[in-house]
Amino acid sequence: MAQVKKLKREKHQAVTPGRPGGQEIMKGDKQRLECGLQGTGLSDEELRQGTVLTTRWKADAKYGWDAGVAIGRYLAGLKEGKILGVRCYKCHRVMVPPRLFCEWCYRNIDEWVELKDTGIVNTFSLCYVTWDVKRIKEPQIPAVIELDGATKGMGIMHLLGEVDPKKVHIGMKVKAVWKEPAQREGAITDIRYWKPV
Amino acid sequence: MGNRVAIVGAGMTKFVRRAQETGQELAFYATKMALDSCGMKLDQIDGVVLGSAPDTFDGVHMKGEYLSPGAGAWGKPYMRCYVGGGTGVFAVAHGWYHVASGVFDTCLVVCEEKMSSYQPHAQGAFLTIFDHTTERPLKPNLLWIFALEMNRYMTTYGLRKEDIALVAVKNKNNALDHPAAQLGGKVTLDDILSSEVLAWPVQRLDVSPVSDGAVAVILANETVARRVTDKPVWIEGVGWSLDTAYWTNRDLCYPRYVEEAARMAYKMAGVTDPRHQIHIAEPYDPFDYKELHHMEGLLLCGRGEAPQLTVDGVTQRDGELPVCPSGGLLGVGNPIAAAGLMKVAELFWQLRGEAGKRQVARKVKRGVAQAWGDLMQVGTVVVVGI
Amino acid sequence: MALKQRNEKVSQTKVWFGELPVESLYTVGIAGERFFRTLKEKGEFTGTKCERCGLVFVPGRIFCERCLEHLDNWITVGPTGTVESWTVVFLGLDGKRLEQPELVGLIKLDGASTFLVHRLGGVKPEELCFGMRVVAVLKPKAKREGAITDILFFQPVQ
Repeated sequence: MAQVKKLKREKHQAVTPGRPGGQEIMKGDKQRLECGLQGTGLSDEELRQGTVLTTRWKADAKYGWDAGVAIGRYLAGLKEGKILGVRCYKCHRVMVPPRLFCEWCYRNIDEWVELKDTGIVNTFSLCYVTWDVKRIKEPQIPAVIELDGATKGMGIMHLLGEVDPKKVHIGMKVKAVWKEPAQREGAITDIRYWKPV
Repeated sequence: MGNRVAIVGAGMTKFVRRAQETGQELAFYATKMALDSCGMKLDQIDGVVLGSAPDTFDGVHMKGEYLSPGAGAWGKPYMRCYVGGGTGVFAVAHGWYHVASGVFDTCLVVCEEKMSSYQPHAQGAFLTIFDHTTERPLKPNLLWIFALEMNRYMTTYGLRKEDIALVAVKNKNNALDHPAAQLGGKVTLDDILSSEVLAWPVQRLDVSPVSDGAVAVILANETVARRVTDKPVWIEGVGWSLDTAYWTNRDLCYPRYVEEAARMAYKMAGVTDPRHQIHIAEPYDPFDYKELHHMEGLLLCGRGEAPQLTVDGVTQRDGELPVCPSGGLLGVGNPIAAAGLMKVAELFWQLRGEAGKRQVARKVKRGVAQAWGDLMQVGTVVVVGI
Repeated sequence: MALKQRNEKVSQTKVWFGELPVESLYTVGIAGERFFRTLKEKGEFTGTKCERCGLVFVPGRIFCERCLEHLDNWITVGPTGTVESWTVVFLGLDGKRLEQPELVGLIKLDGASTFLVHRLGGVKPEELCFGMRVVAVLKPKAKREGAITDILFFQPVQ
């Protein structure tokens, strides 16, 4: 692994005294050059409170997505407590999530393979913000988990649980924690989360 | 390969968090400025390429067609192109082949985005990039993919936050001199490191803002270009490449799709030693670590070596290889498609010596602009020279 | 498997249901601000004229789509106009039959080069005809919000 040589911090370390931190700076610097560029900025309040005229609209977009032949079978496997992958005889990869065709060799896959429900953490994050920008106290821990039984590097996205956020690291061994069989529906959430082994 | 194509004019709006203008009005401002900048009239434009990211942001179905009157496309051959965040640079490649092939003599390229329409926050619109069956039930958000990629990159090369945050310091300070900038500021390293942790290792000031804005450039073949301007900026190479949609099957520490796109563009441009033959670079920087990630993908340095170049000051405006002298997405703003085209416009102004206070110290004759998009999937690259 | 064959293994396929959460807040724009405020405050329709192309765009726009000149020559048009096309609508957005059919028209306000889509009222479907002269009926000023719905409908000129 390459190591970055010693940081020459002197140049960049200046701390502006009395600066409260990130939030203030984001209000924009007043020293913008005026040179005729157009565009009228509005504040959040101006937009929401009716200072300028607006119209609102909510989409009613409901979908029924076909899982497809490959993912359909993957979901059926999850309901039974199994994680399924597929193998291509040409490039020898064992792939997950499963697919009907190998996208490298552009041919049908050759067999279905049952993988283990253990793996290692390829990467992870500690996320304190939800998808609609609400703050949460206890972080969610999304991760890419390389599954045992699949080719090295083949991972799926999922969540980690029952673990101290400070102890999570890349390379950590994890195992799936499943829902009770009666509660499984044939969904990725049939695995509740992955915990350290 | 085909006719020589040059960029002869460029224009843009301010990048703001919420614009009062409609998308059409934003497209009009940018287009008009581009036309006026080289004294051309709309009837001298043979065709229009419009680049814009998901319809969901503006909340208008068939967004390209909706924007087209403001983008000067009435009664003209018009196409829309879209590869997520890669659109801004890809739109130039798209316009390029219409002129290079001889189908058009001139082509107007416009990119626009109005992300503020999406409520409550444009970040939510990105939910749909995740697979509906295998990923969305986990309620992911956009920050996850960047945080996962940043963590992998940092851990693989043993980098620290300080090494990466210097990029945000550089770009936000650079943006102070950009008249369109939304977030230029005298930011310090400690400001970045003490900002709120959103999704570790991503902190608030590591991220570019949500923006509204539009940019336009005008492409012309050699005959028209030499009539219109005495400093045409030639498009020397274009490249684009798409990696697999199965993003969890790849090692996120290196963007190989950017390398493939770069090789395609460099081959066309006759660039064999990017580190020395490219004088100025505008890689896509929606997050600070992305600038480093992309510098490596663009073969401007070895893998894991980009942070050292930043630390050594090589990528400053007065450095050997200025990177994001505009202030990038981190400083100027990130209206998805328009952001990429802003980078091409920056190279256009820099190569002609018209970048004002942002003008880099060294003489520059060849530059590379790059954009990235989708779920860590597409690399789009354009090499320009004068 | 060829498209014509059915997939018999129904237990192994599945439909995943979901929604796309999209809620939009649109600004009416620079030109729209003027058009709708004038409609709200004065009950008047306004458009912008391109001197070069001789076109009057209603609602007003800041650019001419033909020559891309910047427009700021605002003029008043209407409130009377002509029906350029019309239809009677029997089905709602959900595909169900409406209790009362809706009358919709394409109206060219006097002085405008462009048309407005809006409802027609105070008229029976069998009385509708091309070229019919109509006038806008607006909400009372106190109820107007600066929206296209400040116009209730267009009805035949008496």
